Amino acid sequence: MLAFIIRRLLQSILVMLTVGLIAFALFRFVGDPINNMVGQDTSLADRAALRESLGLNDPFLVQYGNYLINAVQGQFGISYQQRRPVADLLVERLPATLELSLVAAVLALLVGVPMGVYTGLRREGFLSKVFLVVSLIGISLPTFLIGILLILVFGVMLQWLPTFGRGEVVDLGGWTTGMLTASGIKALIMPSITLALFQMTLIMRLVRSEMLEVLRTDYIKFARARGLTNRAVNFGHALKNTMVPVITITGLQLGSIIAFAIITESVFQWPGMGLLFIQAINEVDIPVMASYLILIAFFFVTINLIVDLLYYAVDPRLRVDKLVAGGHGS
Amino acid sequence: MAVEQRGMEVKVDAPSAGLWAHTVDGLRRFFDGDIWYSFKRSPVTILSAVITVLFMSAALFAPLVAPHDPFDLAQVDLLDSFLPPIWVEGSDPRFLLGTDDQGRDVLSTLMYGSRISLGVGFASVIFSLFLGVGLGLVSGYVGGTVDAVIMRIADVQLSFPAILIALLIDGVARGVLPRDLHGEIWFYVLVFAIGFSGWVQYARTVRGSTLVEKNKEYVQAARIIGIRPALIMLRHVLPNVMGPVLVIATIHLAIAIITEATLSFLGVGVPLTSPSLGTLVRVGQDFLFSGEWWITVFPGIALAVLVLAVNLLGDWLRDVLNPKLR
Amino acid sequence: MSAGAMSDGGKKRPLLQVEDLRIEIPNRRGTLIAVDGVSFQIDEGEVLGVVGESGAGKSLTGSAVIGLLEPPCHVAGGQILLEGRRIDSLPYEEMRRIRGREIGMVFQDPLTSLNPLYTIGRQLGETIRTHTDMGESAARRRSIELLQEVGIPAAERRIDQYPHEFSGGMRQRVVIALALAVNPRLVIADEPTTALDVSIQAQIIALLKKLCREHGAAVMLITHDMGVIAETADRVAVMYAGRIAEIGPVAEVIRNARHPYTHGLMGSIPLVGHDVTRLAQIDGAMPRLNAIPQGCAFNPRCTKAFDLCRQERPELVSTGATHAACWLYDEGGRRDGTHG
Repeated sequence: MLAFIIRRLLQSILVMLTVGLIAFALFRFVGDPINNMVGQDTSLADRAALRESLGLNDPFLVQYGNYLINAVQGQFGISYQQRRPVADLLVERLPATLELSLVAAVLALLVGVPMGVYTGLRREGFLSKVFLVVSLIGISLPTFLIGILLILVFGVMLQWLPTFGRGEVVDLGGWTTGMLTASGIKALIMPSITLALFQMTLIMRLVRSEMLEVLRTDYIKFARARGLTNRAVNFGHALKNTMVPVITITGLQLGSIIAFAIITESVFQWPGMGLLFIQAINEVDIPVMASYLILIAFFFVTINLIVDLLYYAVDPRLRVDKLVAGGHGS
Repeated sequence: MAVEQRGMEVKVDAPSAGLWAHTVDGLRRFFDGDIWYSFKRSPVTILSAVITVLFMSAALFAPLVAPHDPFDLAQVDLLDSFLPPIWVEGSDPRFLLGTDDQGRDVLSTLMYGSRISLGVGFASVIFSLFLGVGLGLVSGYVGGTVDAVIMRIADVQLSFPAILIALLIDGVARGVLPRDLHGEIWFYVLVFAIGFSGWVQYARTVRGSTLVEKNKEYVQAARIIGIRPALIMLRHVLPNVMGPVLVIATIHLAIAIITEATLSFLGVGVPLTSPSLGTLVRVGQDFLFSGEWWITVFPGIALAVLVLAVNLLGDWLRDVLNPKLR
Repeated sequence: MSAGAMSDGGKKRPLLQVEDLRIEIPNRRGTLIAVDGVSFQIDEGEVLGVVGESGAGKSLTGSAVIGLLEPPCHVAGGQILLEGRRIDSLPYEEMRRIRGREIGMVFQDPLTSLNPLYTIGRQLGETIRTHTDMGESAARRRSIELLQEVGIPAAERRIDQYPHEFSGGMRQRVVIALALAVNPRLVIADEPTTALDVSIQAQIIALLKKLCREHGAAVMLITHDMGVIAETADRVAVMYAGRIAEIGPVAEVIRNARHPYTHGLMGSIPLVGHDVTRLAQIDGAMPRLNAIPQGCAFNPRCTKAFDLCRQERPELVSTGATHAACWLYDEGGRRDGTHG
């Protein structure tokens, strides 16, 4: 158990170091940091002094090391465009994105998993066919189109819901939330549905195909041959086995919700990190881009780690086999 | 049938006879086989294929079939701007689906837009396919450290959504390239960004298949009698992975089109001067609130229908080539 | 030919009667008939061996009896009776109560028969508690007894382990314990040793036979291994291309096979003590389901085939000790035919 956790931790650290390297390379080599920080009229001598004081003349590894140490301490440099510490910008925007992502994730899971189970069990049922068609449309509709469609219907035509922003937010000691006001919740509805829909369909299809796979196995046939009730076979034996791979992939999907929030935030002008990132790309604001990347990677790695531990808790084979089979990339 | 007949005639030509016989034989087997049978039996698949072909032709022949040239300033008249589709009051019969803010025919911009969307999509898929199949072969065949490095990169990349990677590559390209140069080579930048974000699926599939083949006896035998095993393997591995790679490529085409549209919608994809379907949606979004819905809705529908059709084709192909799942 | 005419014992009540069973597999190029006109019966406590090549329809027959044919396979004709009660057309819920309770089943591969995520004890417990009103602790005690019965050492400890912690042979013992958990009247054992190591096959067969005798369960033993049948079964049904070629007491069928196919099958068993320089073999292969020849399905491979064999399908007829579906033993056929 401990060895497993340590191994996963090391892997996670490796991923973070790699992403950190990419982020650093971005910062250091895409454009000249000095040119981006100072005005046109700064003298060459001042530039050289700044270069020295920022440590840009140090050996590569030292610079990389310093960059990482700063990042770990939450210092991501100064935004070229907004002239403010990137960390401040991110902290400001973080609650909006996390709130949106979390609501969307819960929505995707609560709807996606039962739909997947249902379509897996009732393969030929009418409702299953409907779900499948809907899911295919959900996968084929780009996220931004779903958002625009919702805006057109509920924002412009029916005028029920606000089409942009977070509504009224309440500040809870540094964490702003829209969940406590009516306008905040109303503003959250369309963006969270937009963000959830794609993941929902993915989760549904995944659960369905895993369910079908499991229902074909011998132990399910044997469970039926023992006369167990449908309930016990379908929701006990089959569902539990389905959940093993579903947990892994769903976990990864939830991570990508935070990344997909970029698109949703852009459609609804949701003041989160994604919107910040898109602005940064348009303005080639490298420190913001690099920091966003590191933060997203951190979320991913953390989620992956949690997923692995869950996986471990669900599947008894892993507890004994010491990951004999798990190590090789499948 | 017609194809077979043609084959019979050409068969008289001595040098090409073998090849033709082979092709004809292959075609006959194809039309006899499960794939064609299942295609004929699935109306949805036929419809998807028809739609896909329709889009491709519209894109390919846009300059010939489009009613207007939306990028020819001589043909565009600002006085025609914001005309609704012809079934709405106040429309102009010249413009079937209405016009946009600059007086361009929406139907024509759709055709030209599909041209860009499909062009970037196909190019990205091809780039991805070659990169992925190549790396997969190398990874599976060489093994060892090379394999480990390639697969670890794949793992890391796979844990991030493709759209994020494409965004990042695109963003970096913006930073590295001077602005005017980026205006010229945006196509390659996009294809690289979208293509690079999708190679992992191909590589994994091909690597798996290569590993299986590698341990088969004929490879060992080839080594013993002194034939380069790499060559003989290639001839066995490639046909084996054709099916799965085709399925991945089809579904990847849908994803690539969506990715391009998304990037363009976010304003970091194709330039405004040559709008793709995604760009058109982005541009039209501004007029949603003032009631000119058609400017954004039609490109949106076109995009969704195209992607849906390609996805359906991919799904069907996967089911046919993977009978276990039926 | 009705099944009643074939009862050799006569004294015992038939537990299971299968009459004129027909199983079809619809596919997109028509309908395959996988099992056709199969009739047999199993008496209480009797062991019926069902032997045949793969694809002969023996496993499908077994699945049909327990009502677990996988769609699109389905029973298209005939009937299955358990103690005189028709069970092939029962509603799902009623059939479920019969499964495990009246009819148990042992599958081929013990490695995949057990749910990897449930402990052995949980799988035994749920089976017992589904069919009886035993409480949790009583069911656990019963489970431990069962594990001891099938010869699993330290059952009290191992009951809380997961399937992957058991070896293949041990797992098949667990599977047998599961099949016998609530004392079914009939156990269908579908190739119970095929996936096992040769060295433990005999043990498992012996265990199965002993336990079924102790629990008073009849056995339908499906296998392609004539040796296993010879040691275990009371009677044997030989299946070929979805039909029964010959059925009768084991000793008779082995020593004195009437049907040319059975004869060939027996010729392929190496017998200790017999001075045979070369084992007999049947030329050719069993036809695929979509290419079953007209007349007797065996005729292309049969050395004794004559015209009638190629035209009309033989029914099971008495040959004295056994019943065989062969024109050689059919009065009508012999009159018409020139050979025999």
